[in-house]
Amino acid sequence: MSGHRDKALIFEMSKPGRVAYSLPACDVPEVEASSVVPARLLRTEPAALPEVYEVDVIRHYTELSRRNFGVDNGFYPLGSCTMKYNPKLNEDAARLPGFAKIHPYQPEESLQGAMELLYTLQRDLAALTGMDEVTLQPAAGAHGEWTGLMLIRAYHESRGETRTKVIVPDSSHGTNPSSATAAGFETITIPSDASGLVDLDALRAAAGADTAALMLTNPNTLGRFESQIAEIARIVHEAGGLLYYDGANSNAIMGIARPGDMGFDVVHLNLHKTMSTPHGGGGPGAGPVGVKARLAPFLPKPVVGRRGDGTYYWDEDRPRSIGRVKPYYGNFGILVRAYAYIRSYGPAGLRRVSECAVLNANYMMHRLAPYYEVAYPGVCKHEFVLSGKRLRAFGVRTLDVAKRLLDFGYHPPTVYFPLNVEECIMIEPTETESKETLDGFIDVMIRIAREAEEEPDLLLQAPHTTIVKRLDEATAARRPVLNCHCE
Amino acid sequence: MKRHRYLPMTAQDESDMLAVIGASSTEDLFADIPASVRYSGELPMSGALDEAGLLRHLRALSDRNADADRHVSFLGAGIYDHHIPVVIQHVISRSEFYTAYTPYQPEISQGELQAIFEFQSYICELTGMKVANASMYDGATALAEAAALASGATKRKRIVVSRAVHPEARDILRTSARGQGLEIVEVGCADGVTDLGALAAAVDAETAAVLVQTPNFFGCLEDIPAIEALVHDRRGLLVTSVNPLSLGLLESPGALGADIVVGDAQPLGIPMSLGGPTCGFFAVTEALMRRMPGRIVGQTTDSEGRRGFVLTLQAREQHIRREKATSNICSNQALLALCASVYLSVMGRAGIREVASLNLSKARYALGRLGALPGVEIAFPSPIFNEFAVKLPAGTDVAAFQAKLLAAGYWGGYDLGRTYPELSGHLLVAVTERRTREEIDGFVQAWEASL
Repeated sequence: MSGHRDKALIFEMSKPGRVAYSLPACDVPEVEASSVVPARLLRTEPAALPEVYEVDVIRHYTELSRRNFGVDNGFYPLGSCTMKYNPKLNEDAARLPGFAKIHPYQPEESLQGAMELLYTLQRDLAALTGMDEVTLQPAAGAHGEWTGLMLIRAYHESRGETRTKVIVPDSSHGTNPSSATAAGFETITIPSDASGLVDLDALRAAAGADTAALMLTNPNTLGRFESQIAEIARIVHEAGGLLYYDGANSNAIMGIARPGDMGFDVVHLNLHKTMSTPHGGGGPGAGPVGVKARLAPFLPKPVVGRRGDGTYYWDEDRPRSIGRVKPYYGNFGILVRAYAYIRSYGPAGLRRVSECAVLNANYMMHRLAPYYEVAYPGVCKHEFVLSGKRLRAFGVRTLDVAKRLLDFGYHPPTVYFPLNVEECIMIEPTETESKETLDGFIDVMIRIAREAEEEPDLLLQAPHTTIVKRLDEATAARRPVLNCHCE
Repeated sequence: MKRHRYLPMTAQDESDMLAVIGASSTEDLFADIPASVRYSGELPMSGALDEAGLLRHLRALSDRNADADRHVSFLGAGIYDHHIPVVIQHVISRSEFYTAYTPYQPEISQGELQAIFEFQSYICELTGMKVANASMYDGATALAEAAALASGATKRKRIVVSRAVHPEARDILRTSARGQGLEIVEVGCADGVTDLGALAAAVDAETAAVLVQTPNFFGCLEDIPAIEALVHDRRGLLVTSVNPLSLGLLESPGALGADIVVGDAQPLGIPMSLGGPTCGFFAVTEALMRRMPGRIVGQTTDSEGRRGFVLTLQAREQHIRREKATSNICSNQALLALCASVYLSVMGRAGIREVASLNLSKARYALGRLGALPGVEIAFPSPIFNEFAVKLPAGTDVAAFQAKLLAAGYWGGYDLGRTYPELSGHLLVAVTERRTREEIDGFVQAWEASL
């Protein structure tokens, strides 16, 4: 099964007798487990962990890291994910002992620095989004969505109303409907109109006495700003529903427009997108939620409060709270990084971030438009969507373009999302990429479009330069091998 | 704000790019945002600081917190002060890992995918389960997801949970149960463990699952074999939340018949960091595999027969199934799962047992010494791992007592009266392998002086 270029699993490197740990000698009377724990609760066989020494550990994981691609390796224009540079200062900040080595149940008076940071971040994010109060508990965007929907549910229930439906556009993130399900709502999906925006007639038809909320991303996942947002808000509010803002695309509008001013009642932000905290290969992130005052009583508890004397406290006295959504106080280490990011720019800098992100996206869209069809022409925000359907004539699909990009050292854009664009290619350059980087990528995209016509096999067989070629995903799902069963 | 070290845009770039776009200013690119929703002026947010100034500010905030370098921690209650092997920070600081997204493009993400595959393997090995996912937000939200899975799998709506499960995990369970229409029934404790008589009375043919934690919130070990028989008699599922470090010594929950095993990997090399981010794990029997929430990595081969890894079983997930997905989770705690994997690689077969033994021995030593203090009682007779509850002498002001311990340099333990009114005047004390005999003796002396 294994070819010569396979990287060994750590379990396959094991040799009995090797150790990589250093533990202190036991300086108290050693207790035999069997003397204090019933035998039926004790292991009879040791857990079969590998036996390696420290150099093995370092070389193994260093080799794995070399088989991985991050923003520090190169351009990563993954649409809807905002793969901007992750500042190194933020990493150092999160590792300061007063942030990394503190316990959630320490006395409040011994956590005042951390609590000041959290309180300030709550206020800064409220100002940025135009909301009144913020919870920092949710661990991710999807977690924030679910939290926001539970707040909406609590709000309607408090008014004696039973509202069971959540409306989402067909271009929405998949987490929107699945979060709605987890919060006990039924999802109504409405189509986009010819320009990729919310179809107002469809919205009017869907909105009614059973509408709990509309979930909207603005700019939407096509990179288009919902210019009729005021009318959208009016329709939903007149039906008695609330507006939920999916903040995944906030990088387009910082300091330029605020969800709160657009009529949104609840918003989440993805700090791992907009606020530069690293994606970590899939996490951890953070998905704080902001709300208008009428929803504030329902926020998860505790939030951080500030007393008149300038000290901070965990505000647990919130009798109408939906309860906790996350143990302790959220992903504090991520919140530290986001705070450091905000302070590295300040409000004028954050506005400039969004301007540059939007300028970069429009520039790329214009240069690529002659070669790939722009799904919805017009000015875009921080990202734009192309369709690769023209290449079908040569037997080439969007997936093949993505795989060919790997040969040139790029992480491909998001593909096949949003679902309402055929052969979708969704590109988000972010503000931290230079014109030279964008031009290099554009030139390669143009070259690939030409290759598709002239040498389609180059694309169909791609990638050619990676350590593995295309992987058999069908077999992986049909006959799952999900761990090494090394014993 | 025209120039910033993270922003490459020069005035020349800007005008060249605008020329290609055919716009006269960057402002033009925002013409689609109606004036009525435009923000004018500068947001009332914290101001910008230069690099040195920002570092100074952050250090000043950090210095105002009492940290575990300067204090001796006997606090646990879910977050523990264990030794973090030096290599871990070096590995997770490789930016190929931490600046990558979810491994959507397997050809250039084999490193992360293999690391997750190994994490899944480690979790299976420790828990004795057949299948584990790529990780969850934390142990508490993983427990709530387990309840949802159990309800879906059994088509039953009632979840029975022990009051000895972490209070914050039960809070989260209650919050999420409201969304899913689950009924939560709590069962009380006797001698610091789940009251088996009450549990037997609570479990019936409507029970989707019984949720227990072991070691439980009071540090006591639950009688899992007895609970298992009780649950499975009624065809419910057994969900156990476990401390992974304890599994160096304790029998794996899989071997004891658990259907779903969750927990928090924080003890495995993850900084305390005010309780987050940590990393939840989630493991199930083979029968429940396709109902699992979260990302899963599987082994496969490439077109030339080489071993490789991919995200798999994605038909469960939100980006395909949308409102019919098994869960809305679309991320994992990959970087912290990596911490846990490196930790387990470092500890290995011998180290995981040794570190678990050290925790047990040190905790028993502290238990013996504190229990011998006049007026102090060990609250429960049940077996423990590295944490135990202590009853302070009648009339002790717990907050004042803890303040005295803090002044002496100790985090004294968790005040159980915060969440269990019947246990006011009780402290939950954790003792990890990091605590030396000298520190424990000093702690005991501080108690003598403070009581």
